[in-house]
Amino acid sequence: MNANYMYSLIAVIVLLLLAYVGVAGLHLEVLFGIVFPYVAMAIFVAGFVYKLVGWAKSPVPFPITTTSGQQVSLPMVSPARIDNPNNKLGVVIRMLLEIFLFRSLFRNTKFEIKDTNKFSYEMEKWLWLFALAFHYAFFVVLIRHLRFFTEPVLLPVQWLEKLDGFFQVGLPGIFLSGFVLMAAVIYLFLRRVWIPQMRYISLPADYFPLFLILAIAASGILMRYVAKVDIVNAKELTMGLVTLRPTIPEGIGVLFYVHVFLVSVLLAYFPFSKLMHLGGIFFCPTRNLPGNTREFRYENPWNYPVKIHTYEAYEDEFREKMIEAGLPVEKMPGPEKNLEEGEKE
Amino acid sequence: MPNNSKGMYNKNLVIAGIVIFVILAAFPFWFNVVKSAPAPEVVLTEKAKAAKECVRSKEYMTTDHMVLLDVWRDSVVRDAKRTYVNPKGVEFNMSLSNTCLDCHSNKTEFCDRCHDYASVSPYCWDCHIDNPQGGIE
Ligand code: HEC
Ligand code: HEC
Ligand code: HEC
Repeated sequence: MNANYMYSLIAVIVLLLLAYVGVAGLHLEVLFGIVFPYVAMAIFVAGFVYKLVGWAKSPVPFPITTTSGQQVSLPMVSPARIDNPNNKLGVVIRMLLEIFLFRSLFRNTKFEIKDTNKFSYEMEKWLWLFALAFHYAFFVVLIRHLRFFTEPVLLPVQWLEKLDGFFQVGLPGIFLSGFVLMAAVIYLFLRRVWIPQMRYISLPADYFPLFLILAIAASGILMRYVAKVDIVNAKELTMGLVTLRPTIPEGIGVLFYVHVFLVSVLLAYFPFSKLMHLGGIFFCPTRNLPGNTREFRYENPWNYPVKIHTYEAYEDEFREKMIEAGLPVEKMPGPEKNLEEGEKE
Repeated sequence: MPNNSKGMYNKNLVIAGIVIFVILAAFPFWFNVVKSAPAPEVVLTEKAKAAKECVRSKEYMTTDHMVLLDVWRDSVVRDAKRTYVNPKGVEFNMSLSNTCLDCHSNKTEFCDRCHDYASVSPYCWDCHIDNPQGGIE
């Protein structure tokens, strides 16, 4: 037991019950099916833009030089043009690789003590693999849901459904993405509880989104394969939302409202949580700034004139006293000065 | 806002990004803006109307007809059992084309209307005939 994930779990269960009681008990379909989705959508878009603007206003005066890879320097040192690019093209490539392939997770290592007292860093690709599976599965699920929000449904969405249901298992045919998503979320959760260091640094803000997404995926899977809801009526509701003619058709099934409510919570929570890395990745200074600190001089834009007292001025002021005290000085007064300068050359 | 409101850095890029985000997020809203998309009306054939009831209750059929078909398929193909008895004791020949499409012979106005709306395209018709009364047999 760990308070951090217990709180998150309880929070998600409370949300579930809230929607369940709200719809099954109090018949607040309008609230859960229309009002909350609209409010959540508005918070999502406005919050997202607010965050982006906030980041755009935050100055980042220096490119971070310690990204992995050799920065372009002398011709004899071969540079890492993608890991530490010195031009825009390189930065764009690095960004695309990060967004589509999660390159920085690929570098994940595991610290281990081997044989009594030797330690080593080993490669650890599971996080990368499951993160990739998680994000792509989520993306496919998201695109597939366009079938509820467009009429007629676009051809590419139908192709994706075909691809996702490729194995034609059972009826309704199994969509792989949903199950991959569930499995990946479960891995991401177990990773946090099993690995002691991870457990130590994990907070409710880390667990809550995982449980929330788990509950969303689970309710979706239940709704499609087990406790079926009326899909045609469900689409009538969702189409009502997006055509701004909201309706509540009869008899969709409570599970649908629970699902929609959890998604609404996710949307509203999104901009103010760690999930905002969706937008944040574009503002990440270790990814979006060129490593060209050797080529260009970056000056601190907030440098204000500081009153300085150089050593030269100091010596001019105290030279005689210094000589008297037998301290070494750089400039000897009188004829010796010339002699010293001659020596220097 | 967390910072001195001096304005945004890389303003053009950021604004372009925000515009793209808003356009994407609002996709379902502008995509459907000109059309109204009413839920499909399914048509019952005279034969179905006469029968009054489907194989199972209407609620069950609406949500779970594909499960029933799956049960039928497995029962016929794996166990060679072709007779289905519903909870009311009525017997049906477990057949997609000969039973379902006997009452619902108007596939385009019945099955397809729902399926197009919900974007499902059952692959059954790759093999099973979809108009058993329509000649080929
Ligand atoms: C009330 C609307 C409706 C009618 C009428 C209807 N269906 Fe369906 N059918 C659906 C929906 C909705 C789904 C998809 C459920 C889902 O995606 O979870 C579906 C799915 C199916 C599937 C599973 C497809 C897959 O690949 O998962 C089959 C098979 C099927 N229907 C057969 C039929 C047949 C045959 C008829 C006509 C006799 C018919 N349906 C009439 C709404 C309907
Ligand atoms: C005996 C004739 C008959 C047979 C056979 C039959 N149906 Fe039906 N079906 C009906 C009738 C009548 C209704 C309308 C029921 C009602 O409105 O109460 C109906 C309703 C349905 C519905 C619900 C439509 C809606 O508006 O929600 C579906 C789906 C459906 N049938 C699919 C099938 C499938 C699949 C089969 C084969 C397994 C099948 N039917 C076999 C007569 C039949
Ligand atoms: C690859 C071809 C093929 C596809 C695709 C296919 N079936 Fe069949 N199906 C068969 C064959 C062959 C039989 C056996 C026919 C028999 O013994 O009467 C059969 C039998 C059945 C039966 C029982 C017998 C009958 O007359 O209907 C059902 C019900 C059935 N399939 C449903 C489905 C459904 C629902 C789908 C789509 C989800 C589907 N099948 C897709 C080939 C296919």
